[in-house]
Amino acid sequence: MSDWPLLSLTTFLPLVGAAFILFIRGEAAIVAQNARAVALWTALATFALSLMIWANFDPAQGGYQLVEQAAWLEPLGIRYHMGVDGISLWLVLLSTLLTVLVVVGSWYSVTERVKEYMITFLIMDTLMVGTFCALDIVLFYVFFEGILIPMYLIIGIWGGPRRIYSAFKFFLYTLAGSVLFLVAIVVMAREAGTTSIPELTRHDFPVAMQTWLWLALFASFAVKVPMWPFHTWLPDAHVEAPTAGSVLLAGVLLKLGGYGFLRFSLPMLPEASAYFAPMVFALSIVAIVYTSLVALVQTDMKKLIAYSSVAHMGIVTIGCFTANSLGLTGAIVQMLSHGLVSAALFMVVGVVYDRIHSREIAAYGGLAERMPIYATIFMLFMLASVGLPGTSGFVGEILVIVGIFGITPESPAIPAAGSWVALFAATGMILGAAYMLWLYRRVIFGVLEKSALAGIKDLRPNEILAFAPLVLLVLLMGIYPSLFTDPMAASIDRVLAEIGAVGPGRLALQMP
Amino acid sequence: MLHLVLVFSPLLGALLAGLFGRRLGDRGAQLVTCGLMVVSATCSVIGLFLHLGEPAFKVPVLRWIEVGSFQVDWALRVDTLSTVMMFVVSFVSCFIHIYSIGYMAHDASVPRFFAYLSLFTFMMLMLVTSDNLLQLYFGWEGVGVASYLLIGFWYTRPSACAAAIKAFIVNRVGDFGLALGVALCFFVFDSIAYDVIFAEAAGHAGETVQVFGLSADALTLIALLLFVGAMGKSAQLGLHTWLPDAMEGPTPVSALIHAATMVTAGVFLVARFSPVYELAPAALAVVTVVGASTAFFAATVGLTQFDIKRVIAYSTCSQLGYMFFACGVGAYAAGIFHLMTHAFFKALLFLGAGSVIHAMSDEQDMRRMGGLADKIKITYAMMWIGTLALVGFPGTAGFFSKDAILEAAWASHNAFHLYAFWLGLAAAVLTAFYSGRLMFLTFHGESRADPHVMEHVHESPPVMTVPLVVLAVGALLAGWLGKGMLDAEGAWWAGAIVTGPDNHVLHAMHEVPFLVKLAPTLAMATGLGLSWLFYVKMPDLPERVATALRPLHTFLYNKWYFDELYDFLFVRPALVLGRIFWQGGDVGIIDRFGPDGVARTALAGGARTVRLQTGYVYHYAFAMLIGLVLLVGLYLFVIGG
Repeated sequence: MSDWPLLSLTTFLPLVGAAFILFIRGEAAIVAQNARAVALWTALATFALSLMIWANFDPAQGGYQLVEQAAWLEPLGIRYHMGVDGISLWLVLLSTLLTVLVVVGSWYSVTERVKEYMITFLIMDTLMVGTFCALDIVLFYVFFEGILIPMYLIIGIWGGPRRIYSAFKFFLYTLAGSVLFLVAIVVMAREAGTTSIPELTRHDFPVAMQTWLWLALFASFAVKVPMWPFHTWLPDAHVEAPTAGSVLLAGVLLKLGGYGFLRFSLPMLPEASAYFAPMVFALSIVAIVYTSLVALVQTDMKKLIAYSSVAHMGIVTIGCFTANSLGLTGAIVQMLSHGLVSAALFMVVGVVYDRIHSREIAAYGGLAERMPIYATIFMLFMLASVGLPGTSGFVGEILVIVGIFGITPESPAIPAAGSWVALFAATGMILGAAYMLWLYRRVIFGVLEKSALAGIKDLRPNEILAFAPLVLLVLLMGIYPSLFTDPMAASIDRVLAEIGAVGPGRLALQMP
Repeated sequence: MLHLVLVFSPLLGALLAGLFGRRLGDRGAQLVTCGLMVVSATCSVIGLFLHLGEPAFKVPVLRWIEVGSFQVDWALRVDTLSTVMMFVVSFVSCFIHIYSIGYMAHDASVPRFFAYLSLFTFMMLMLVTSDNLLQLYFGWEGVGVASYLLIGFWYTRPSACAAAIKAFIVNRVGDFGLALGVALCFFVFDSIAYDVIFAEAAGHAGETVQVFGLSADALTLIALLLFVGAMGKSAQLGLHTWLPDAMEGPTPVSALIHAATMVTAGVFLVARFSPVYELAPAALAVVTVVGASTAFFAATVGLTQFDIKRVIAYSTCSQLGYMFFACGVGAYAAGIFHLMTHAFFKALLFLGAGSVIHAMSDEQDMRRMGGLADKIKITYAMMWIGTLALVGFPGTAGFFSKDAILEAAWASHNAFHLYAFWLGLAAAVLTAFYSGRLMFLTFHGESRADPHVMEHVHESPPVMTVPLVVLAVGALLAGWLGKGMLDAEGAWWAGAIVTGPDNHVLHAMHEVPFLVKLAPTLAMATGLGLSWLFYVKMPDLPERVATALRPLHTFLYNKWYFDELYDFLFVRPALVLGRIFWQGGDVGIIDRFGPDGVARTALAGGARTVRLQTGYVYHYAFAMLIGLVLLVGLYLFVIGG
């Protein structure tokens, strides 16, 4: 099994499924039914393949595994180079799992252009997996930017009334970042004479050049995360996107930014990363406090959850730039947790949106009476979102807070000591509880008195099926996170070694 | 094994009742949860015989978070302190489960109630058996969630929902301090396991750390941050506002969570961390002042409230203050002793109040009660036992523990020990007064209730009165049985509570002047006497006094205006800021000059871009793809060439 090109199989299997769907002909209803079935089987097979990756992964090794290389654009030195480490492994699994869930979740709710819909999501699957497996920076870039296209289509075709505005905004923001990223790639490739990610990581870029490269990469990743103040595309995109689009957007696409920081900015440009770390911390803190307050006054459920995503991703960016094992582990766990929890929360909103066709919080109230299963599942994810210990949301948060706390200002040029960052990051705990509990209270609690809600039905079996794995994983990651963190450990140590300063829990970031 | 059964059987009960409640039915859910609680309580009693005074050991359960030197596992720590706490929690919880069978009989969602109640018990047991700060935090937030769920149990009532959210968020403010305390602990000790912290605390005494822009004494700062958490959970002055509102929950919940167990978690935390607090005198001073102030403050508010449960709630708040300043003056043992006796008599008072409310068809306002003594005799008698224990009548449980606290306050060397003593003494008078007031208004005199309601007044069924009797026995005997805790040498605790070499308070408290020993009893007599005068002898007196002291009365009646103040300081500004950031920041600035500005410029460009707006998304996407490929190609050839 191990000599199979597992990564390529996982990456491109969805494309095969998509091609099959393309050739389905016949009566509209039958086409839709077959498209769903093919998509589901393809997504399941892809997920199974990604589990095989996990099974063949050796957690003791920190390097890239299951590596595949082939000639691609040979004259330019660009190769088809794939591999996973303990960081990308989980993001691959997250992508393939969520793809399965969105196919299941939109089984009944999507009735228009089902064929195209399923094809688009399978293409998304390929691109997401490819991004996380790519070990050549150009290959990475092709996947990374390619994701924009299906996502753009998902919002633009199956989205809500203001979908064009949102899609456009989404595109503008990401384009601005992409162009700079591309320039940076070219500069890096010329400087190092290679496009291989491991080799680029080993190359020492001159400090003066690092600064500019870092900013160029930052432009791209900060938009993806999104960091304040590059976040305003996110609420609009989520609001207009169909549920499945929101799930992948929040679940996987936002992780591309954090992954980019971990894979490129930190190990390739360590001096510049140390130099800019205080700025990242400052922006992250602002993100946490600012967007939490904004979330507090939202009247639209999806906007509220979108803003909460910005706050949660602030924890991720803080964790990445702590450059110690606690912070990095925390950042990755927080990414995975957010991938599960925010995806689930968007599905939670999707459930009632399918029934009542409103995202306004005020349109609901008292759902607990008629939808007890729904209320329970919503409760669990709400608590995970506020970081309750025993759920996945807690592990990442506490690791990052503990990880950042000990970072001391070695140089007077770094005004923010870690303890202050930890303090502000922890205020997110309070504000997060405020907006989530209040949301829950307004939607689920109270008396069911709105006539539109009188006949509302509890979860259908396919919806329960879509939620079940998320429920299990959120609890598993909260109660036994070692399952996930053990395979990461060696890879995180490698990244720390690449950054060049491994310290037992209390590394001081230093000036270049 | 004993402890695994003890701790996890409530969880099993919660899961069974919660997940299969509909299949089990009301009766099934009651049987399962109560049965498993009986198992747990039995184990806790066996534990008392096996592990009191024994050295600490731990029962490993599962790995949890292990990253570098941050090694945290699920484990149960068994020592004298946790054995006492497990007994209090499991035993009281067991009887409250049984009582609830009667009290919640007519509710529509019985399984849900019992599932929450058992879940709470599990979380509380995890808290008291924690072996490291993170598991403590798990239990800490877990009981918070259970409390949130139970306060909001009747979720169709807006007031219950508001109270539930308030409880959770105010507790989160405390947890915020606790989380930072965990982080600082790890920073200082490179571990958050109790064994390591307690063993190495002395080595870090006097060490300063540079955090939050100041250089502070490490242990003091740790102790203070943990205390912020304790203040939230134990409703101490400043973070107390959630507790009275929490009375929106069903009464058994108030008895279990908001009197006997959860709210005492803060006291437990301080006692558990006695090895650290003993080395942080400044932190102990803060604990003393906050505790004593709360004891007094809450008692003053308790004087004026009319809701029977709110009076008891403020009383709880006040008694928690006693426990804290006991710890603050170095008498941790007295604090835990009072915690235990209080668990019995306060649970008894709450369940008694529940029985009254049950009898009065859900009436809670004492102005519409009176004259109930003859109608519900068992409840009446049990309530008196609880009241006497609370006010510290000689021989009852409260007498032993409260006197011990006041004597310790007198004898201590803490800088604020006299502040604590005098406020504590004043609070003792007030406690006796409001307790007497509660009893007289509720049970004595003429009935002020609707005659219709009075016709239906009936004694509660045995399933409710038996737990009352059991707790009453506890309220009478716990003092005698637990006296050993105050052992002057501290040997009783077998190292679970540590007192420093200079801390002789447990010794000195036995040698205070006779008048100091007598003072609490005098205070009690004064308070009870005055309440008899006010509410039995001259029933028009309260109104006259209230009129004469109108501003003071209004101030107290409105609970010192804490809610209004917080609303003004925190809630409103947060919402206003949220709106400013959203409409001003996101829409007004970022979007205006960012994407929308660019879009406007682009749209001004020509008709081709306008078509974009009309929906030719495909074209646009493919244009993007082609552009990308071209760009990549171009640049690559530049490199190649």
